[in-house]
Amino acid sequence: MTENPGAPVLELPASESTGERRMVINMGPQHPATHGVLRLVVELDGEIIVSVRPEIGYLHTGIEKTCEAKFYQQVVPLTDRINYLDPLSNNLCYCLAVEKLLDLEIPERAQWIRVLLTELSRLNSHLIWLGTHAMDIGALTVFLYTFREREEILRLFEAVAGQRMMTSYFRIGGLAMEPPLGWLDRVQAFIHGFPEKIDEYSNLLTGNPIFMNRLKGVGYLSAADAIALGVTGPPLRASGVDIDLRRDMPYSSYEKFQFKVPISTVGDTWARYEVRLVEMRESTKIVQQALDGMPGGAVKADAPKIVLPDREKMKTQMEALIHHFKIVTEGFNVPAGEVYQGMECGHGQMGYYVVSDGTAKPYRVHMRYPSFATLQAVETMCKGRLIADLVAVIGSIDIVLGEIDR
Amino acid sequence: MANQSPTLSGLHAVLAEMSSHPAIKALLAWKPDALLDAKFDFGELTLTVAPTEIRAACATVQAAGYNFFEDMTAVDWYPLAPRFQLSYHILSHAFKERIRLRVMLDEAEPSVDSIMPVWAGANFFEREVFDLFGIHFADHPDLRRIMLPDDWQGHPLRKDYPVEGYR
Repeated sequence: MTENPGAPVLELPASESTGERRMVINMGPQHPATHGVLRLVVELDGEIIVSVRPEIGYLHTGIEKTCEAKFYQQVVPLTDRINYLDPLSNNLCYCLAVEKLLDLEIPERAQWIRVLLTELSRLNSHLIWLGTHAMDIGALTVFLYTFREREEILRLFEAVAGQRMMTSYFRIGGLAMEPPLGWLDRVQAFIHGFPEKIDEYSNLLTGNPIFMNRLKGVGYLSAADAIALGVTGPPLRASGVDIDLRRDMPYSSYEKFQFKVPISTVGDTWARYEVRLVEMRESTKIVQQALDGMPGGAVKADAPKIVLPDREKMKTQMEALIHHFKIVTEGFNVPAGEVYQGMECGHGQMGYYVVSDGTAKPYRVHMRYPSFATLQAVETMCKGRLIADLVAVIGSIDIVLGEIDR
Repeated sequence: MANQSPTLSGLHAVLAEMSSHPAIKALLAWKPDALLDAKFDFGELTLTVAPTEIRAACATVQAAGYNFFEDMTAVDWYPLAPRFQLSYHILSHAFKERIRLRVMLDEAEPSVDSIMPVWAGANFFEREVFDLFGIHFADHPDLRRIMLPDDWQGHPLRKDYPVEGYR
Protein backbone atom coordinates (compact mmCIF):
# COMPACT_ATOMS: atom_id res chain seq x y z
CA MET A 1 0.00 0.00 0.00
CA THR A 2 1.52 3.24 -1.06
CA GLU A 3 0.98 6.65 0.48
CA ASN A 4 0.93 8.40 -2.85
CA PRO A 5 -2.65 8.64 -4.10
CA GLY A 6 -1.61 9.00 -7.68
CA ALA A 7 0.48 5.88 -7.50
CA PRO A 8 0.80 4.16 -10.82
CA VAL A 9 -0.63 0.76 -11.58
CA LEU A 10 1.15 -2.04 -9.70
CA GLU A 11 3.90 -3.63 -11.76
CA LEU A 12 3.37 -7.24 -12.69
CA PRO A 13 6.16 -9.75 -13.06
CA ALA A 14 6.66 -10.40 -16.77
CA SER A 15 5.61 -14.04 -16.47
CA GLU A 16 2.27 -13.10 -14.99
CA SER A 17 1.19 -10.36 -17.34
CA THR A 18 0.81 -12.49 -20.43
CA GLY A 19 -2.93 -12.77 -20.00
CA GLU A 20 -2.95 -16.57 -19.84
CA ARG A 21 -3.64 -16.70 -16.11
CA ARG A 22 -6.61 -14.37 -16.17
CA MET A 23 -9.74 -15.32 -14.33
CA VAL A 24 -13.23 -13.84 -14.68
CA ILE A 25 -15.36 -13.79 -11.57
CA ASN A 26 -18.82 -12.49 -10.81
CA MET A 27 -19.08 -10.25 -7.79
CA GLY A 28 -22.77 -10.14 -6.98
CA PRO A 29 -25.62 -9.76 -7.63
CA GLN A 30 -26.02 -11.13 -4.11
CA HIS A 31 -22.73 -9.97 -2.67
CA PRO A 32 -23.02 -8.32 0.76
CA ALA A 33 -20.59 -5.55 -0.14
CA THR A 34 -22.41 -4.34 -3.24
CA HIS A 35 -25.27 -2.61 -1.37
CA GLY A 36 -28.01 -4.16 -3.43
CA VAL A 37 -28.24 -6.23 -6.55
CA LEU A 38 -25.18 -4.98 -8.38
CA ARG A 39 -23.21 -7.49 -10.41
CA LEU A 40 -19.61 -6.75 -11.28
CA VAL A 41 -17.88 -8.93 -13.81
CA VAL A 42 -14.28 -8.68 -12.70
CA GLU A 43 -11.36 -9.90 -14.76
CA LEU A 44 -8.39 -10.77 -12.58
CA ASP A 45 -4.76 -11.44 -13.11
CA GLY A 46 -3.90 -13.13 -9.84
CA GLU A 47 -5.25 -10.69 -7.29
CA ILE A 48 -4.91 -7.70 -9.60
CA ILE A 49 -7.90 -6.24 -11.38
CA VAL A 50 -7.65 -6.07 -15.17
CA SER A 51 -11.17 -4.88 -15.89
CA VAL A 52 -14.46 -4.33 -14.11
CA ARG A 53 -17.73 -4.42 -16.00
CA PRO A 54 -20.86 -3.45 -14.06
CA GLU A 55 -23.96 -5.39 -15.11
CA ILE A 56 -27.03 -3.57 -13.89
CA GLY A 57 -30.76 -3.74 -14.36
CA TYR A 58 -31.74 -6.30 -11.74
CA LEU A 59 -33.95 -3.73 -10.02
CA HIS A 60 -35.34 -2.16 -13.19
CA THR A 61 -39.05 -1.53 -12.70
CA GLY A 62 -39.70 0.88 -15.55
CA ILE A 63 -40.53 3.82 -13.31
CA GLU A 64 -40.11 6.27 -16.20
CA LYS A 65 -42.77 4.39 -18.17
CA THR A 66 -45.06 4.20 -15.15
CA CYS A 67 -44.83 7.99 -14.70
CA GLU A 68 -46.31 8.51 -18.16
CA ALA A 69 -49.48 6.71 -17.08
CA LYS A 70 -50.01 8.71 -13.86
CA PHE A 71 -51.27 12.19 -13.08
CA TYR A 72 -48.59 14.67 -12.16
CA GLN A 73 -49.38 14.48 -8.45
CA GLN A 74 -49.36 10.68 -8.53
CA VAL A 75 -45.74 10.62 -9.63
CA VAL A 76 -44.54 12.04 -6.28
CA PRO A 77 -44.84 8.72 -4.39
CA LEU A 78 -42.97 6.95 -7.19
CA THR A 79 -39.97 9.22 -6.83
CA ASP A 80 -38.97 8.32 -3.28
CA ARG A 81 -38.88 4.66 -4.20
CA ILE A 82 -36.02 5.37 -6.58
CA ASN A 83 -33.47 6.47 -4.02
CA TYR A 84 -34.98 5.12 -0.85
CA LEU A 85 -32.11 6.36 1.31
CA ASP A 86 -32.60 10.02 0.40
CA PRO A 87 -36.35 10.15 -0.25
CA LEU A 88 -37.03 13.84 0.27
CA SER A 89 -34.43 14.96 -2.26
CA ASN A 90 -36.25 12.93 -4.90
CA ASN A 91 -39.58 14.49 -3.95
CA LEU A 92 -38.08 17.95 -4.03
CA CYS A 93 -36.40 17.61 -7.41
CA TYR A 94 -39.56 16.35 -9.10
CA CYS A 95 -41.76 18.99 -7.47
CA LEU A 96 -39.36 21.77 -8.45
CA ALA A 97 -39.40 20.62 -12.07
CA VAL A 98 -43.20 20.57 -12.28
CA GLU A 99 -43.48 23.85 -10.39
CA LYS A 100 -41.15 25.39 -12.94
CA LEU A 101 -43.49 24.28 -15.73
CA LEU A 102 -46.50 25.59 -13.82
CA ASP A 103 -44.73 28.81 -12.85
CA LEU A 104 -45.89 28.38 -9.24
CA GLU A 105 -44.81 30.63 -6.40
CA ILE A 106 -43.99 28.53 -3.33
CA PRO A 107 -44.47 30.17 0.10
CA GLU A 108 -41.27 30.91 1.96
CA ARG A 109 -42.08 28.69 4.91
CA ALA A 110 -42.58 25.70 2.62
CA GLN A 111 -39.25 26.40 0.93
CA TRP A 112 -37.43 26.56 4.26
CA ILE A 113 -39.01 23.38 5.58
CA ARG A 114 -38.02 21.77 2.29
CA VAL A 115 -34.41 22.83 2.83
CA LEU A 116 -34.48 21.61 6.42
CA LEU A 117 -35.89 18.21 5.50
CA THR A 118 -33.66 17.77 2.47
CA GLU A 119 -30.63 18.31 4.69
CA LEU A 120 -31.94 15.80 7.23
CA SER A 121 -32.43 13.46 4.31
CA ARG A 122 -28.82 14.06 3.24
CA LEU A 123 -27.69 13.22 6.78
CA ASN A 124 -29.75 10.05 6.58
CA SER A 125 -28.06 9.12 3.32
CA HIS A 126 -24.58 9.90 4.62
CA LEU A 127 -25.16 7.98 7.86
CA ILE A 128 -26.07 4.85 5.94
CA TRP A 129 -23.08 5.35 3.70
CA LEU A 130 -20.74 5.73 6.68
CA GLY A 131 -22.10 2.74 8.54
CA THR A 132 -22.07 0.35 5.59
CA HIS A 133 -18.79 1.62 4.17
CA ALA A 134 -17.02 1.07 7.49
CA MET A 135 -18.70 -2.30 7.82
CA ASP A 136 -17.44 -3.37 4.39
CA ILE A 137 -13.94 -2.48 5.48
CA GLY A 138 -14.37 -4.51 8.66
CA ALA A 139 -15.13 -1.82 11.24
CA LEU A 140 -18.49 -3.16 12.40
CA THR A 141 -19.03 -0.91 15.40
CA VAL A 142 -19.71 2.32 13.52
CA PHE A 143 -22.71 0.79 11.82
CA LEU A 144 -24.52 0.50 15.17
CA TYR A 145 -23.75 4.12 16.04
CA THR A 146 -24.85 5.60 12.72
CA PHE A 147 -28.07 3.60 12.68
CA ARG A 148 -28.86 4.92 16.14
CA GLU A 149 -28.93 8.48 14.74
CA ARG A 150 -30.60 7.40 11.52
CA GLU A 151 -33.41 5.94 13.57
CA GLU A 152 -34.03 9.35 15.12
CA ILE A 153 -34.10 10.98 11.67
CA LEU A 154 -36.60 8.39 10.49
CA ARG A 155 -38.77 9.14 13.54
CA LEU A 156 -38.70 12.81 12.55
CA PHE A 157 -39.76 11.87 9.01
CA GLU A 158 -42.52 9.69 10.38
CA ALA A 159 -43.81 12.55 12.49
CA VAL A 160 -44.25 14.87 9.50
CA ALA A 161 -45.08 12.44 6.74
CA GLY A 162 -46.55 9.41 8.48
CA GLN A 163 -43.94 7.26 6.77
CA ARG A 164 -40.42 6.44 7.80
CA MET A 165 -38.84 5.92 4.40
CA MET A 166 -41.32 6.58 1.59
CA THR A 167 -42.15 10.06 2.79
CA SER A 168 -43.80 11.77 -0.24
CA TYR A 169 -44.07 14.81 2.01
CA PHE A 170 -43.30 17.44 -0.61
CA ARG A 171 -46.16 17.96 -3.00
CA ILE A 172 -46.49 20.02 -6.13
CA GLY A 173 -47.14 23.49 -4.72
CA GLY A 174 -45.65 23.06 -1.25
CA LEU A 175 -45.89 20.49 1.51
CA ALA A 176 -48.50 17.88 2.31
CA MET A 177 -49.37 19.66 5.55
CA GLU A 178 -47.95 21.81 8.32
CA PRO A 179 -45.51 19.85 10.54
CA PRO A 180 -47.10 18.78 13.86
CA LEU A 181 -46.78 20.98 16.95
CA GLY A 182 -43.46 20.61 18.71
CA TRP A 183 -41.80 18.95 15.72
CA LEU A 184 -39.32 21.79 15.17
CA ASP A 185 -38.27 21.44 18.83
CA ARG A 186 -37.59 17.76 18.26
CA VAL A 187 -35.42 18.63 15.26
CA GLN A 188 -33.62 21.21 17.41
CA ALA A 189 -32.95 18.64 20.13
CA PHE A 190 -31.59 16.19 17.58
CA ILE A 191 -29.44 18.65 15.69
CA HIS A 192 -28.04 20.15 18.89
CA GLY A 193 -26.44 16.86 19.86
CA PHE A 194 -25.48 15.78 16.35
CA PRO A 195 -22.00 17.37 15.97
CA GLU A 196 -20.87 15.34 19.00
CA LYS A 197 -22.09 12.21 17.27
CA ILE A 198 -20.00 13.05 14.20
CA ASP A 199 -16.99 13.40 16.53
CA GLU A 200 -17.84 9.98 17.87
CA TYR A 201 -17.76 8.38 14.39
CA SER A 202 -14.64 10.28 13.57
CA ASN A 203 -12.93 9.02 16.74
CA LEU A 204 -13.76 5.47 15.79
CA LEU A 205 -12.48 5.76 12.22
CA THR A 206 -10.23 8.71 11.44
CA GLY A 207 -7.29 7.57 13.55
CA ASN A 208 -7.92 3.87 13.05
CA PRO A 209 -4.80 2.46 11.32
CA ILE A 210 -6.62 -0.46 9.68
CA PHE A 211 -9.30 1.84 8.25
CA MET A 212 -6.68 4.32 7.07
CA ASN A 213 -4.58 1.67 5.38
CA ARG A 214 -7.58 0.28 3.57
CA LEU A 215 -8.62 3.69 2.25
CA LYS A 216 -5.56 5.88 1.73
CA GLY A 217 -4.17 5.83 -1.77
CA VAL A 218 -6.93 3.51 -2.95
CA GLY A 219 -9.36 4.19 -5.78
CA TYR A 220 -7.66 7.28 -7.10
CA LEU A 221 -9.74 9.38 -9.48
CA SER A 222 -8.36 12.48 -11.16
CA ALA A 223 -10.49 15.58 -11.68
CA ALA A 224 -10.29 15.21 -15.47
CA ASP A 225 -11.44 11.57 -15.32
CA ALA A 226 -14.21 12.45 -12.88
CA ILE A 227 -15.59 15.13 -15.21
CA ALA A 228 -15.24 12.97 -18.31
CA LEU A 229 -17.12 10.09 -16.66
CA GLY A 230 -19.95 12.20 -15.29
CA VAL A 231 -19.03 11.73 -11.62
CA THR A 232 -20.79 14.20 -9.33
CA GLY A 233 -21.24 15.02 -5.67
CA PRO A 234 -18.77 14.08 -2.94
CA PRO A 235 -16.57 11.92 -5.25
CA LEU A 236 -16.19 14.86 -7.66
CA ARG A 237 -15.42 17.32 -4.87
CA ALA A 238 -12.94 14.86 -3.36
CA SER A 239 -11.12 15.03 -6.71
CA GLY A 240 -10.78 18.79 -6.40
CA VAL A 241 -13.65 20.11 -8.50
CA ASP A 242 -15.40 22.89 -6.63
CA ILE A 243 -19.03 22.53 -7.66
CA ASP A 244 -22.12 22.19 -5.52
CA LEU A 245 -25.48 23.05 -7.07
CA ARG A 246 -26.86 24.14 -3.69
CA ARG A 247 -24.41 27.02 -3.74
CA ASP A 248 -23.80 27.52 -7.47
CA MET A 249 -27.29 27.16 -8.93
CA PRO A 250 -29.46 27.57 -5.83
CA TYR A 251 -33.02 26.29 -5.66
CA SER A 252 -35.68 26.37 -2.95
CA SER A 253 -34.00 29.42 -1.30
CA TYR A 254 -30.63 27.74 -0.65
CA GLU A 255 -29.10 31.12 -1.52
CA LYS A 256 -30.23 32.34 1.91
CA PHE A 257 -28.10 29.82 3.79
CA GLN A 258 -24.43 30.05 4.64
CA PHE A 259 -22.43 26.88 4.36
CA LYS A 260 -19.05 25.73 3.15
CA VAL A 261 -18.52 23.24 0.38
CA PRO A 262 -15.74 20.86 1.42
CA ILE A 263 -13.13 20.12 -1.23
CA SER A 264 -10.19 17.75 -1.26
CA THR A 265 -7.62 17.57 -4.01
CA VAL A 266 -6.36 14.09 -3.16
CA GLY A 267 -9.03 12.13 -5.01
CA ASP A 268 -8.72 8.81 -3.22
CA THR A 269 -11.20 6.83 -1.13
CA TRP A 270 -9.98 8.52 2.03
CA ALA A 271 -10.65 11.98 0.55
CA ARG A 272 -14.22 10.95 -0.21
CA TYR A 273 -14.60 9.84 3.41
CA GLU A 274 -13.28 13.15 4.69
CA VAL A 275 -15.42 15.24 2.33
CA ARG A 276 -18.61 13.46 3.39
CA LEU A 277 -17.76 13.80 7.06
CA VAL A 278 -17.39 17.58 6.67
CA GLU A 279 -20.56 17.69 4.59
CA MET A 280 -22.46 16.20 7.51
CA ARG A 281 -21.21 19.00 9.76
CA GLU A 282 -22.23 21.61 7.17
CA SER A 283 -25.67 20.05 6.80
CA THR A 284 -26.08 20.35 10.55
CA LYS A 285 -25.37 24.08 10.24
CA ILE A 286 -27.93 24.48 7.46
CA VAL A 287 -30.59 22.75 9.55
CA GLN A 288 -29.71 25.03 12.48
CA GLN A 289 -30.04 28.12 10.28
CA ALA A 290 -33.36 26.88 8.96
CA LEU A 291 -34.62 26.41 12.51
CA ASP A 292 -33.39 29.81 13.66
CA GLY A 293 -34.86 31.77 10.78
CA MET A 294 -37.96 29.72 10.06
CA PRO A 295 -40.54 32.09 8.53
CA GLY A 296 -44.22 31.83 9.30
CA GLY A 297 -47.11 31.59 6.89
CA ALA A 298 -48.67 28.99 4.69
CA VAL A 299 -47.00 25.78 3.56
CA LYS A 300 -49.02 25.45 0.36
CA ALA A 301 -49.13 27.67 -2.70
CA ASP A 302 -52.26 29.66 -3.37
CA ALA A 303 -53.34 27.63 -6.38
CA PRO A 304 -56.66 25.93 -5.64
CA LYS A 305 -56.73 24.07 -8.95
CA ILE A 306 -53.35 22.43 -8.29
CA VAL A 307 -52.97 22.09 -4.53
CA LEU A 308 -55.40 19.93 -2.58
CA PRO A 309 -57.44 22.02 -0.10
CA ASP A 310 -57.20 21.52 3.65
CA ARG A 311 -59.54 18.93 5.05
CA GLU A 312 -61.47 21.52 7.03
CA LYS A 313 -62.15 23.65 3.94
CA MET A 314 -63.00 20.65 1.83
CA LYS A 315 -65.70 19.64 4.33
CA THR A 316 -67.21 23.10 4.67
CA GLN A 317 -66.84 24.92 1.36
CA MET A 318 -68.44 23.98 -1.93
CA GLU A 319 -65.64 25.45 -4.06
CA ALA A 320 -62.94 23.58 -2.19
CA LEU A 321 -64.89 20.33 -2.49
CA ILE A 322 -65.17 20.79 -6.26
CA HIS A 323 -61.45 21.52 -6.60
CA HIS A 324 -60.62 18.51 -4.46
CA PHE A 325 -62.80 16.27 -6.57
CA LYS A 326 -61.38 17.63 -9.83
CA ILE A 327 -57.74 17.28 -8.79
CA VAL A 328 -58.21 13.72 -7.55
CA THR A 329 -60.26 12.47 -10.49
CA GLU A 330 -58.89 14.48 -13.42
CA GLY A 331 -55.58 15.88 -12.22
CA PHE A 332 -54.53 19.29 -13.46
CA ASN A 333 -53.20 20.33 -16.83
CA VAL A 334 -49.61 21.47 -17.03
CA PRO A 335 -48.58 23.89 -19.83
CA ALA A 336 -46.67 22.25 -22.67
CA GLY A 337 -42.91 22.53 -22.52
CA GLU A 338 -39.79 20.81 -21.29
CA VAL A 339 -37.75 21.57 -18.17
CA TYR A 340 -34.67 20.14 -16.54
CA GLN A 341 -34.27 20.65 -12.84
CA GLY A 342 -30.94 19.76 -11.32
CA MET A 343 -30.14 19.56 -7.65
CA GLU A 344 -27.56 18.24 -5.24
CA CYS A 345 -28.72 15.16 -3.38
CA GLY A 346 -26.70 13.04 -0.97
CA HIS A 347 -24.92 11.10 -3.70
CA GLY A 348 -24.38 13.88 -6.20
CA GLN A 349 -26.25 15.75 -8.89
CA MET A 350 -29.75 14.58 -9.47
CA GLY A 351 -31.85 15.85 -12.34
CA TYR A 352 -35.44 15.57 -13.45
CA TYR A 353 -36.30 16.15 -17.08
CA VAL A 354 -40.05 16.60 -17.44
CA VAL A 355 -41.73 17.01 -20.82
CA SER A 356 -45.34 18.12 -20.86
CA ASP A 357 -47.75 18.06 -23.78
CA GLY A 358 -50.33 20.19 -21.99
CA THR A 359 -52.37 17.35 -20.46
CA ALA A 360 -52.70 16.13 -16.88
CA LYS A 361 -50.17 13.34 -17.30
CA PRO A 362 -46.46 13.90 -17.95
CA TYR A 363 -45.50 13.08 -21.52
CA ARG A 364 -42.03 12.00 -20.42
CA VAL A 365 -40.21 11.98 -17.11
CA HIS A 366 -36.53 11.17 -17.11
CA MET A 367 -34.40 11.06 -14.00
CA ARG A 368 -30.70 11.60 -13.97
CA TYR A 369 -29.35 9.90 -10.90
CA PRO A 370 -25.80 10.35 -9.70
CA SER A 371 -24.98 6.70 -8.95
CA PHE A 372 -25.79 5.69 -12.53
CA ALA A 373 -22.99 7.88 -13.88
CA THR A 374 -20.60 7.34 -10.97
CA LEU A 375 -20.70 3.59 -11.43
CA GLN A 376 -18.94 4.06 -14.77
CA ALA A 377 -15.88 5.32 -12.93
CA VAL A 378 -15.35 2.11 -10.90
CA GLU A 379 -13.12 0.57 -13.54
CA THR A 380 -10.92 3.68 -13.75
CA MET A 381 -10.55 3.67 -9.97
CA CYS A 382 -9.77 -0.03 -9.62
CA LYS A 383 -7.76 -0.98 -12.68
CA GLY A 384 -4.40 -2.41 -11.71
CA ARG A 385 -5.24 -2.50 -8.01
CA LEU A 386 -5.97 -5.41 -5.70
CA ILE A 387 -9.41 -6.97 -5.64
CA ALA A 388 -9.78 -6.14 -1.96
CA ASP A 389 -9.69 -2.46 -2.93
CA LEU A 390 -12.80 -2.93 -5.05
CA VAL A 391 -14.90 -3.25 -1.89
CA ALA A 392 -13.47 -0.02 -0.51
CA VAL A 393 -14.13 1.78 -3.80
CA ILE A 394 -17.73 0.57 -4.14
CA GLY A 395 -18.35 1.73 -0.58
CA SER A 396 -16.76 5.10 -1.16
CA ILE A 397 -18.84 6.09 -4.20
CA ASP A 398 -22.01 5.43 -2.18
CA ILE A 399 -24.31 3.82 -4.70
CA VAL A 400 -27.96 2.94 -4.37
CA LEU A 401 -29.13 0.35 -6.85
CA GLY A 402 -32.68 1.65 -6.83
CA GLU A 403 -31.55 4.83 -8.51
CA ILE A 404 -29.24 3.10 -10.95
CA ASP A 405 -31.85 0.69 -12.27
CA ARG A 406 -35.01 2.76 -11.74
CA MET B 1 -40.18 29.66 -8.24
CA ALA B 2 -41.62 32.39 -10.43
CA ASN B 3 -40.20 32.41 -13.89
CA GLN B 4 -39.03 35.93 -14.61
CA SER B 5 -37.10 35.23 -17.79
CA PRO B 6 -38.98 35.94 -21.01
CA THR B 7 -39.72 33.17 -23.46
CA LEU B 8 -37.97 33.30 -26.81
CA SER B 9 -39.18 30.87 -29.40
CA GLY B 10 -37.62 30.34 -32.78
CA LEU B 11 -34.11 30.68 -34.04
CA HIS B 12 -34.46 34.33 -35.07
CA ALA B 13 -35.75 35.50 -31.70
CA VAL B 14 -32.97 33.69 -29.84
CA LEU B 15 -30.23 34.91 -32.18
CA ALA B 16 -31.51 38.48 -31.93
CA GLU B 17 -31.50 38.48 -28.12
CA MET B 18 -28.75 36.07 -27.14
CA SER B 19 -26.10 36.21 -29.86
CA SER B 20 -23.42 36.84 -27.22
CA HIS B 21 -24.22 33.62 -25.35
CA PRO B 22 -20.97 31.60 -25.27
CA ALA B 23 -22.52 28.37 -26.58
CA ILE B 24 -24.35 30.08 -29.44
CA LYS B 25 -21.27 32.11 -30.33
CA ALA B 26 -19.05 29.03 -30.38
CA LEU B 27 -21.48 26.99 -32.48
CA LEU B 28 -21.95 29.77 -35.03
CA ALA B 29 -18.21 30.38 -35.22
CA TRP B 30 -17.70 26.66 -35.86
CA LYS B 31 -20.40 26.50 -38.52
CA PRO B 32 -22.67 29.43 -39.43
CA ASP B 33 -25.64 27.16 -40.21
CA ALA B 34 -25.10 24.75 -37.31
CA LEU B 35 -28.27 25.75 -35.49
CA LEU B 36 -31.51 24.46 -36.96
CA ASP B 37 -33.76 25.76 -34.23
CA ALA B 38 -33.52 27.38 -30.83
CA LYS B 39 -35.69 28.37 -27.94
CA PHE B 40 -35.32 29.93 -24.52
CA ASP B 41 -38.02 29.15 -22.02
CA PHE B 42 -38.22 28.46 -18.25
CA GLY B 43 -34.73 29.97 -18.12
CA GLU B 44 -33.32 27.12 -20.19
CA LEU B 45 -31.69 27.39 -23.58
CA THR B 46 -32.42 24.68 -26.13
CA LEU B 47 -30.38 24.47 -29.33
CA THR B 48 -31.28 22.05 -32.10
CA VAL B 49 -28.51 20.69 -34.29
CA ALA B 50 -28.47 18.21 -37.15
CA PRO B 51 -28.18 14.51 -36.16
CA THR B 52 -25.00 14.11 -38.17
CA GLU B 53 -23.33 16.95 -36.30
CA ILE B 54 -24.08 16.16 -32.67
CA ARG B 55 -20.60 14.89 -31.85
CA ALA B 56 -18.90 17.92 -33.36
CA ALA B 57 -21.43 20.22 -31.70
CA CYS B 58 -20.68 18.61 -28.33
CA ALA B 59 -16.96 19.05 -28.87
CA THR B 60 -17.58 22.70 -29.80
CA VAL B 61 -19.59 23.55 -26.70
CA GLN B 62 -17.12 21.59 -24.58
CA ALA B 63 -14.33 23.83 -25.86
CA ALA B 64 -16.53 26.86 -25.17
CA GLY B 65 -16.67 26.04 -21.45
CA TYR B 66 -19.63 23.66 -21.22
CA ASN B 67 -17.41 21.04 -19.71
CA PHE B 68 -19.74 18.65 -17.94
CA PHE B 69 -22.04 16.15 -19.62
CA GLU B 70 -24.90 15.82 -17.19
CA ASP B 71 -27.66 13.88 -18.81
CA MET B 72 -28.94 12.48 -22.07
CA THR B 73 -32.24 10.93 -22.93
CA ALA B 74 -34.85 10.58 -25.64
CA VAL B 75 -38.49 11.54 -26.11
CA ASP B 76 -40.79 9.63 -28.43
CA TRP B 77 -43.21 11.95 -30.27
CA TYR B 78 -45.10 9.13 -31.97
CA PRO B 79 -47.04 9.48 -34.28
CA LEU B 80 -45.47 12.81 -35.24
CA ALA B 81 -42.49 13.05 -37.58
CA PRO B 82 -39.63 13.31 -36.91
CA ARG B 83 -40.42 10.80 -34.22
CA PHE B 84 -37.51 10.84 -31.76
CA GLN B 85 -35.98 13.72 -29.89
CA LEU B 86 -32.65 13.33 -28.15
CA SER B 87 -31.94 15.83 -25.37
CA TYR B 88 -28.40 16.35 -24.15
CA HIS B 89 -28.04 18.39 -20.98
CA ILE B 90 -24.65 19.98 -20.65
CA LEU B 91 -23.52 21.95 -17.64
CA SER B 92 -20.81 24.55 -17.41
CA HIS B 93 -18.91 24.57 -14.14
CA ALA B 94 -17.49 27.99 -15.01
CA PHE B 95 -20.71 29.78 -16.06
CA LYS B 96 -22.93 27.84 -13.60
CA GLU B 97 -25.32 27.35 -16.44
CA ARG B 98 -26.87 24.49 -18.36
CA ILE B 99 -27.75 24.18 -22.03
CA ARG B 100 -29.78 21.59 -23.85
CA LEU B 101 -28.67 20.30 -27.22
CA ARG B 102 -31.46 18.69 -29.17
CA VAL B 103 -31.45 16.32 -32.09
CA MET B 104 -34.50 15.14 -34.00
CA LEU B 105 -34.46 11.67 -35.57
CA ASP B 106 -36.74 9.98 -38.06
CA GLU B 107 -38.55 6.78 -37.27
CA ALA B 108 -36.85 4.57 -39.82
CA GLU B 109 -33.65 3.13 -38.38
CA PRO B 110 -32.93 5.93 -35.94
CA SER B 111 -29.22 6.32 -35.56
CA VAL B 112 -26.88 9.02 -34.35
CA ASP B 113 -23.17 9.30 -33.61
CA SER B 114 -22.10 8.34 -30.11
CA ILE B 115 -20.63 11.25 -28.16
CA MET B 116 -18.36 8.96 -26.16
CA PRO B 117 -15.22 10.34 -27.82
CA VAL B 118 -16.14 13.72 -26.28
CA TRP B 119 -17.47 12.54 -22.93
CA ALA B 120 -16.77 8.92 -22.00
CA GLY B 121 -19.47 9.25 -19.35
CA ALA B 122 -22.18 9.13 -22.03
CA ASN B 123 -21.64 5.37 -22.17
CA PHE B 124 -24.42 4.19 -19.86
CA PHE B 125 -26.79 6.95 -20.95
CA GLU B 126 -26.53 5.95 -24.61
CA ARG B 127 -26.91 2.29 -23.73
CA GLU B 128 -30.05 3.13 -21.81
CA VAL B 129 -31.56 4.99 -24.77
CA PHE B 130 -30.55 2.13 -27.06
CA ASP B 131 -32.22 -0.34 -24.72
CA LEU B 132 -35.45 1.51 -23.99
CA PHE B 133 -35.96 3.44 -27.27
CA GLY B 134 -34.10 1.35 -29.82
CA ILE B 135 -31.98 4.22 -31.10
CA HIS B 136 -28.62 3.17 -32.47
CA PHE B 137 -25.41 4.98 -31.53
CA ALA B 138 -22.71 4.69 -34.15
CA ASP B 139 -19.18 4.00 -32.87
CA HIS B 140 -20.35 3.14 -29.37
CA PRO B 141 -17.85 0.51 -28.17
CA ASP B 142 -20.24 -1.55 -26.08
CA LEU B 143 -23.78 -1.02 -27.31
CA ARG B 144 -25.77 -3.69 -25.43
CA ARG B 145 -29.01 -3.64 -23.52
CA ILE B 146 -28.40 -2.25 -20.05
CA MET B 147 -31.65 -2.43 -18.06
CA LEU B 148 -33.50 -5.29 -19.72
CA PRO B 149 -32.43 -8.88 -20.39
CA ASP B 150 -30.54 -9.39 -23.64
CA ASP B 151 -33.37 -11.39 -25.20
CA TRP B 152 -36.08 -8.80 -24.51
CA GLN B 153 -38.40 -7.98 -27.40
CA GLY B 154 -39.20 -4.35 -28.10
CA HIS B 155 -38.30 -1.02 -26.54
CA PRO B 156 -40.55 -0.16 -23.58
CA LEU B 157 -40.23 3.62 -23.52
CA ARG B 158 -41.57 3.96 -27.05
CA LYS B 159 -45.11 5.29 -27.01
CA ASP B 160 -46.47 2.35 -29.02
CA TYR B 161 -45.34 -0.06 -26.29
CA PRO B 162 -48.17 -0.62 -23.78
CA VAL B 163 -47.57 0.36 -20.15
CA GLU B 164 -48.51 -3.14 -18.96
CA GLY B 165 -46.21 -4.73 -21.52
CA TYR B 166 -47.22 -7.58 -23.80
CA ARG B 167 -48.58 -10.58 -21.94
